[in-house]
Amino acid sequence: MATPVDNLLVADKVRKEFGGLVATDDVDFTIPRGSIVALIGPNGAGKTTFFNQITGVYVPTSGSIVFDGTEVVGKPPHAIVELGVGRTFQNIRLFAQMTAIENVLVGMHCRLKGGIIGSVVGRPRVRREEKAARERARELLRYCGLPRRHEEYAGTLPYGDQRRLEVARALATDPKLLLLDEPTAGMNPQETAAFTDFVRRMRDELDLTVLLIEHDMKVVMGVSERITVLEYGEKIAEGSPAAVQADERVIEAYLGRGAAA
Amino acid sequence: MSEAFGNFATRVRSDRGWWVAIAAIALALIYPFIVETLQDLPLVGDFVPRTGSMVVMLVFTMMAVGLNVVVGYAGLLDLGYVAFYAAGAYVAGWFASLQFAQVSFHFGSSVSNEQPGIHISMWLVLLLAGAFTLIVGILIGLPTLRLRGDYLAIVTLGFGEIIPQVVRNADEEGIGFDLTNGTFGIAPIDSVAIGDFIFRAEPNKDDLHYWTAIGLLLFTVFCCVRLRDSRLGRAWIAIREDETAAAAMGVPLMRTKTWSYAIGAFFGGVAGAFYASYKAGAFPADFFFNISIFLLCMVILGGIGSIWGVILGGMILGYLNIEGLATIGSKVQDAGVEFDPTKYQFGIYGAIIVTMMLFRPTGLIPERRHKIELEEGVHDTPFYDVQTEGSLTDRNPSDE
Repeated sequence: MATPVDNLLVADKVRKEFGGLVATDDVDFTIPRGSIVALIGPNGAGKTTFFNQITGVYVPTSGSIVFDGTEVVGKPPHAIVELGVGRTFQNIRLFAQMTAIENVLVGMHCRLKGGIIGSVVGRPRVRREEKAARERARELLRYCGLPRRHEEYAGTLPYGDQRRLEVARALATDPKLLLLDEPTAGMNPQETAAFTDFVRRMRDELDLTVLLIEHDMKVVMGVSERITVLEYGEKIAEGSPAAVQADERVIEAYLGRGAAA
Repeated sequence: MSEAFGNFATRVRSDRGWWVAIAAIALALIYPFIVETLQDLPLVGDFVPRTGSMVVMLVFTMMAVGLNVVVGYAGLLDLGYVAFYAAGAYVAGWFASLQFAQVSFHFGSSVSNEQPGIHISMWLVLLLAGAFTLIVGILIGLPTLRLRGDYLAIVTLGFGEIIPQVVRNADEEGIGFDLTNGTFGIAPIDSVAIGDFIFRAEPNKDDLHYWTAIGLLLFTVFCCVRLRDSRLGRAWIAIREDETAAAAMGVPLMRTKTWSYAIGAFFGGVAGAFYASYKAGAFPADFFFNISIFLLCMVILGGIGSIWGVILGGMILGYLNIEGLATIGSKVQDAGVEFDPTKYQFGIYGAIIVTMMLFRPTGLIPERRHKIELEEGVHDTPFYDVQTEGSLTDRNPSDE
């Protein structure tokens, strides 16, 4: 298959069936390297299912997903993280009983090497690595807007900080592709605006490619360079924000038949 | 090194817990010298355990601390830990007794070269037992740890039953080769010794075993603390907290869980081998299901995930089991009441656990993390959906 070199992720006819329900119906999808791409669609359109297939939580019924030249279908989630796919969750899934910094350190797990014996005897190399990891974790937390409260348990942080921490934890995996599942859910307009800027900043400063699922159209239209629209597991439109906004099928999907006329 | 010591010193200064730990270790080390004085005390003297009982309590505590790695850190309910205890004990039987009398192999052992059988220095056997059970742990873990929650508990329960059954039947009749001497068990097993100085031969034989047990427990605690605070330990706790999220953050579930299982098994094996050597035998009757539950009770009573808690829980239940209930029983009978608590021991342990769950569910010394959960109700606060926009802005202004 002629894969253009600038695509970080190429999904080819990705299909997922849950019993009789087709959650994603032969979806073709590409993410150009360095872009910010949004995946939108009404509730139950298969957006999160698609995310879960990229990250290895679900194995597609058929189809292929090639990330940075490697087929990821069939690989366990941790191996896909190692390849460079980091994610956040729609409903925050922090390790509530671990401190903020520990959460970030777990994100670094696959980038660290400290083994069992080395940790038990306190080998200098492991100690150094651990110290450096802690410093990097603090840096990441500050970068994501958490200058303080690094030693507090994640579950006790305010909601907004939990969202920030989730991003910091995802960045700790050192991703090439960052998947954000409804990152601004529950945020007020000011915070949403700040977050939109932050997504762009991350992309530019950290050399990231971003795929986000989002319901807030302001965010979607403001930040993304390309939008893919799913409905009932099918891709119904794809293109620039302006093109998607004008697409009849999209308007129909969101507003109902007749609205487009 | 000086940095490490500096760290330690700050911790001791800042943390009352460390002072208590150091005092407890010091007290534990001089225990054999003061035990008789303590036993002469009025009223409480009768309740002071003999040094020999202390050895058994320490061995069981060591197993509980090992089990805590599996149950407490990685959050995997293991109901078959007795399997590792048995495996460790039989390794001691194989490599330090007359069991394989058809061969004669001696290595660093105090046993006379005339004696047939394999006799390896007990210190090495402890290590061998640990290594063997570690491998058993991996072999059992690989197929079973794919399961979650209750299913895992049921399968571990199965393995906990299988291994003692194998041990009971692996003799001439059962498998055509006498591996375990069947229901009779393997005895005598060599004692721990340094050179020709055999611990058991001494008049105060329990003292030396006692200090050895203290050393083994400290070693276990040291390893567990180091592991808990390591990259692997964080991954265990992350899995305990949220398996899916842990995997999505790059933690390999199978490998990480299997390590917790194997490391828990390692300490169970070492403890089992030492106990077999102390008792000079490995008998299948010792390896019943109730031992697994007993160890689990120690962990729950002390505080799941909390090392100091588990030690306390282990010592308390260990004491009640080996001496305490009998002592209490004789006191009760002296007072003229016909009641023998040793007959109801598991009922009593059960009552203790129920009481704990009602009044102090995180255990005697709760793990810091759990404490937060109960005191601040982390899981009662919905993370999502229910939160209104207002909650985002009402954060403490000083945080900004």
